[in-house]
Amino acid sequence: MTATTPAGVSTAVESPPGGGWLSVLAYWMAVYKRVWKGTIISSFLAPLAYLAGMGIGLGSLIDSGERTAVEGVPYLAFVATGLLAAQAMQTGVGEATFPVMGAIKWHHTYEAMLATPLRVQDLVRGHVVYAAIRVATTVGVFAIVSIALGALSGWGVLGAVVFAILGGLAFAMPVYFYSCRVRSEQGYNVLSRFVIMPLFLFSGTFFPISQLPAWLEALAWVSPLTHAGALTRAAALGPGSPFVLDLGGYLLHIAYLLLWAVGGYLLGVRALRSRMGA
Amino acid sequence: MIKAVGLRKSFGDFTAVDGIDVEVAPGESFGFLGPNGAGKTSTMKIIGCTSPASGGTIRILGMDPASQASKIKARLGVVPQEDALDADLTVFENLLVYGRYFGLPRATVRARAEELLEFAQLVDKRDEIVEKLSGGMKRRLTIARGLINTPQIVLLDEPTTGLDPQARHILWDRLFRLKREGVTLVLTTHYMDEAEQLCDRLVVMDKGRIVAEGSPRALIAEHASREVLELRFDVADHAERAADVEGIGARVEVLADRLLLYVENGDVALEQVTARGVHPMSSLVRRASLEDVFLRLTGRSLIE
Amino acid sequence: MVTTTQEVSDRRRSRIPFPVAFALPLALVERNARAARHFWLTIVSGFFEPVFYLFAMGVGIGALVGDVMVDGVAIGYGVFVAPALMATSAMNGAVYDSTQNVFWKLRFAKTYDTALSTPMRPTDVAIGEISWALLRGLIYSTAFLAVAAIGGFVHSWWALLAIPACTLIGLAFASVGMAATTYMSSWTHLEYVQLAILPMFLFSATFYPLSTYPAALQWVVQATPLYHGVDLVRGLMLGDLHAGLLVHVAYLAIFGTVGIWATAKRIERLLLT
Repeated sequence: MTATTPAGVSTAVESPPGGGWLSVLAYWMAVYKRVWKGTIISSFLAPLAYLAGMGIGLGSLIDSGERTAVEGVPYLAFVATGLLAAQAMQTGVGEATFPVMGAIKWHHTYEAMLATPLRVQDLVRGHVVYAAIRVATTVGVFAIVSIALGALSGWGVLGAVVFAILGGLAFAMPVYFYSCRVRSEQGYNVLSRFVIMPLFLFSGTFFPISQLPAWLEALAWVSPLTHAGALTRAAALGPGSPFVLDLGGYLLHIAYLLLWAVGGYLLGVRALRSRMGA
Repeated sequence: MIKAVGLRKSFGDFTAVDGIDVEVAPGESFGFLGPNGAGKTSTMKIIGCTSPASGGTIRILGMDPASQASKIKARLGVVPQEDALDADLTVFENLLVYGRYFGLPRATVRARAEELLEFAQLVDKRDEIVEKLSGGMKRRLTIARGLINTPQIVLLDEPTTGLDPQARHILWDRLFRLKREGVTLVLTTHYMDEAEQLCDRLVVMDKGRIVAEGSPRALIAEHASREVLELRFDVADHAERAADVEGIGARVEVLADRLLLYVENGDVALEQVTARGVHPMSSLVRRASLEDVFLRLTGRSLIE
Repeated sequence: MVTTTQEVSDRRRSRIPFPVAFALPLALVERNARAARHFWLTIVSGFFEPVFYLFAMGVGIGALVGDVMVDGVAIGYGVFVAPALMATSAMNGAVYDSTQNVFWKLRFAKTYDTALSTPMRPTDVAIGEISWALLRGLIYSTAFLAVAAIGGFVHSWWALLAIPACTLIGLAFASVGMAATTYMSSWTHLEYVQLAILPMFLFSATFYPLSTYPAALQWVVQATPLYHGVDLVRGLMLGDLHAGLLVHVAYLAIFGTVGIWATAKRIERLLLT
């Protein structure tokens, strides 16, 4: 048996300043670098499958003869702009659910982070920026493919992407708040089936909400996705379409989305602080 | 109860169990002692009929696992290393559902489960989801679960690993009761104190082989001295001080942080050390244990 | 002592009479039913998904599409799409149960390791798990059919047979799904399940008739198991019976049998080594 000498451990004398939210973002990007392959299907292929299946296939039934879903707009373009916003919602929600529960409950990542000079708001801020980057990439790729397929065209698409990101955050932040409160995975099943799924179907992604009964149409306007969709359509389909918005319209929709995003952020910070007991 | 001859288990090129002979008598409490990777768990899985042997023969309750696995399993109680409790169920439901896996009638299982809750001291946790239990409670529940079919042999793989001292003592007390009721216990452990407490007879395993066999007391008598004197010095490498105490007692072992002197009388030996002008930073006299037996037999510590 | 596998399996088979043989799989069904009571909200929520789709498609998109021609007959879009949603929801439920849930139990919760330390055998585990998926699916199918009927999307009494038809769809997908799950070793692999499910969901003559596809793609569509499920349920719900439905039944039955057999083999290889 040979004796081993423990190596000396030097203890820091000066206190480091703390990495701030940037170091939290760096953590999530490092995690993403490891798992990004697993997200290709849900982030990139699934929305394209919907675009092809609904836009092209169903579109051929809808756009027959003189008839189109919405006057002057091919169904494919209608669905593409809707899916742009819907995809932002899905990605935003996705990044604000299991990764957050994992960091709080399973891997104790947040506990470890808070043992350093990082503050609760750094954790939330880092996550918002990370979610925004994730939303931007998925929506960006979707937009490029839509252009390649001829579903969308013009510089307006760029504006639509920006609005979609805002819409994504309008979901990610309130859901982040929810994640700080929820105790078990069952909470996510409920969220996905009772909230996200109905919003996906009834916020004007696949058909104009004017087709809905009046009370349901009114309810659909509560959904941030309806507003995000109105913005992406106004930007991408341009002034020639029935979706055109004036400046006031733009501001109103943007303000509504900001309300959800900022409100969700503020509640998220508070909820995480009380959850982590700090 | 169990008889194995030349038992082997290999996974590809790696041999986990390398030809061991074991015999366990009815009512006996039998232990496999050894460090992680010695082949204890592999042996337990063969006995539990969830892993076929690669060679040799084994009979459990007179039956061959290769052909009568279900019949053997019906009479075994298994307490796996990782509890593998059903996290979706309550404490009581864990017992109930497991009993149903044996095809036992619901009423029988219910009655037995109530009894076992009592035995495992979990009556007030009856309707809790298992996630909320402490480590010691989970372990007791796992043992209770393994007893649901009133087994003739209970297999316990590392029964107290990871538990705090108090939880371990409660658990040992429960296992003692089983032993008194005449249940045959077969357990693995890498804790010496556990083996000394629980086993009538044990085998020491190392690298898939049996290196010694006997009762804990007999093994200590045979492979160690009566007492051990532990010396600590303020040096980085204790090997440099070994020569200073050479010849006092039967043997000197050099560990990373201390020297072990195998002696008949520790206090006398300490006087001899001081008489040589050697002054350790601290010293301790204790009785020899299975740890010393293992060190002697393999040249390595059990917990590495 | 050498015992050949043939001898072993013969002996096992002959010693366990049928009703007892089914008692052990039932124990696993009981386990799942008990677990389900602790997350009943998830179970209930599973019913709503196809219902939301039914109203989005039937009411919202139906208004855009108008009527659909099936075999020269014009039918309302909701009537056309309801059977497809019933069939796909049978598929989705079975796949979810047999992949996500089974993966968790197999790799993390060790539910099957625990079961196999008792007299339960791999086949009992496979049959028990699949039976549970079917039972759950049966409840969903029945509830969906009731909602579709109330919504005015069902026109024939033959539609009642759509319930067992959905059970058959569930069997086909649950068994193959569970066999596939035994090959998975990380959560990422579960994502690949979507790669198979989503295209089938969208492109199995679910949302528009087979004739909409280019001729070259039609036979690809017809090769997918979901197409057979959708067409079977649609035939029954429209009361449009023809010999082709038997082909669908046979296709799904073979798919299911192969799946159960493969699952039992795989569990044995994974957990009893």
